[in-house]
Amino acid sequence: MSDMGTALQQARRCLAIARKDMRIYYIKGPVIIFGVLFPVFLFLSFAIGRQLSADFMIPGLLGMILFFTATSVSPVVVPWEAQARTLERLMSCPVKIETIVAGDILASFAFGLVISPVPIILGLALGVTISGPVIFTLAVILAAFCFASLGTLFSVPPTNVPATANMIAAAIRFPVVFISGIFIPLSELPAWAQGVAYISPLTYFTDIARRCIQGQAHLPVAVDFLVLLAFTLIFFTVAMRLHGRTMPKRI
Amino acid sequence: MDNNVGIQVNNLTKYYGKVAAVDHITFTVSKGEFFGFLGPNGAGKTTTVRILTGVIKADEGSASILGYQAGSLMAKQLIGVVPEMTNPYVDLSGWENLKLMADLYGIPSSVARERGSQLMQEVGLYPRKDSLVRTYSKGMKQRLILCLALISDPDVLFLDEPTSGLDVQSAQLIKDMLQRLNSEGKTIFLTTHDMDEANELCNRVAVINDGKIVAIDAPEKLRMATSGMHSVEVSFDRMVSAEALGNIPGVNRVRRLGDKYRLYTADPGELVVSVINYSSSNGLKIISLNTLAPSLEDAFIALTEKTGKNV
Repeated sequence: MSDMGTALQQARRCLAIARKDMRIYYIKGPVIIFGVLFPVFLFLSFAIGRQLSADFMIPGLLGMILFFTATSVSPVVVPWEAQARTLERLMSCPVKIETIVAGDILASFAFGLVISPVPIILGLALGVTISGPVIFTLAVILAAFCFASLGTLFSVPPTNVPATANMIAAAIRFPVVFISGIFIPLSELPAWAQGVAYISPLTYFTDIARRCIQGQAHLPVAVDFLVLLAFTLIFFTVAMRLHGRTMPKRI
Repeated sequence: MDNNVGIQVNNLTKYYGKVAAVDHITFTVSKGEFFGFLGPNGAGKTTTVRILTGVIKADEGSASILGYQAGSLMAKQLIGVVPEMTNPYVDLSGWENLKLMADLYGIPSSVARERGSQLMQEVGLYPRKDSLVRTYSKGMKQRLILCLALISDPDVLFLDEPTSGLDVQSAQLIKDMLQRLNSEGKTIFLTTHDMDEANELCNRVAVINDGKIVAIDAPEKLRMATSGMHSVEVSFDRMVSAEALGNIPGVNRVRRLGDKYRLYTADPGELVVSVINYSSSNGLKIISLNTLAPSLEDAFIALTEKTGKNV
């Protein structure tokens, strides 16, 4: 079979894995509700009692929900499968390890995209407007893919205990939220904090969202997109490579 | 490469740390052969199957399936696998599990529907095809796993302890199905602990111990080649010590089996006479007395003990 034929064949099988993930891990009431409620309450705990406009709140809330939903289940899918003894069957099928990982990323990406309209609709109901809807939509898609790849990267250590993978994910996810201009705009952060913010991919999505909703941003939009794209490529490639090494060790 | 070769294994080796779980093993399985792979726990059976099915990689040596490198997409496309410790997806129905496997093997939907229905009917799962697998019994899950392995109509089937822990009916159903598949020309590679199963199903068996192949032959030939493993099984009207029976001339070893003793010997005819003499001189009444040819289990024990002592 030609390289192109193999690539198309693996792409179809990747979709089958993503559909399986959606059906088993994502389309569950508690997962969906928790994916929305947790970031909402976390954000409200910060926002209540402060005079904040919807224009300020919605970009941060969207960034948090997108980040939390796209990284919510992906860290535990591979450990779950190893623990439930379904991974060996999957690995004996004519699919590459990269196909399995890409399927997991795709499901996480789709979940992030499906949930993202919730804060957007809430924002529209509160009267916010979105200027540059194409840029905004592209940013949501790119960010969802970036965060989904990051979530899958959390499950690289070959532990078959989902709680351990979750702990690793939580140890990274919470600090990322606090350094990404969600609660305090980048321009109001001290210089050292801005330096830290630049290492978070969420910073760049939040900046684009603020540009489209608040009309003000800290960085040029092209820079935001390029850096977000670079993070996406790095997370995706590293997740593929490292899972290729560690997945056989789970068996 | 010989067109008749189903599975070719050359010098295959896998280390876990410094321990060789599979230690330079070499064997060939012909197309259409029913090949048994026997060994005690930890002998290297499952590791070998995992290498051959592409789940893990060997550290040394090579293996091929129908001429394709083991673990390659082409080789995986041609095989069906029933791993030892695996489950179907319990949050999917039996039918959804089959559909997923069909998608992963690139089987067209119409073919998958027809083949899936046929397989599920054959194993008696069709009426429960839409139930979630978490509601299946262990036997039903194992029958489903066999269906998953067969949905792609593979040329070579790997089964790692497929009847382990199953009820008699499920185990028999699986064995009947494997015999039928083999008679239709499929190459079958079966690992098992069950000597009767290997004896009943396999054309040839390999015995692996401590990662090394210690024998490969037809079950009957292996059995008969086990010298000194003929036995006389005897039970008396009251218990006697194994030590006393071990002192009867010609007895190599004594095994107690419930209320019977199995006395291993190279000359069963002579031992029968000695046992009768022993019973009359000790005032014992013989309840039953049988001579037995070596079983495959005896051959297996002899082979694995012999290599075990060499370690």
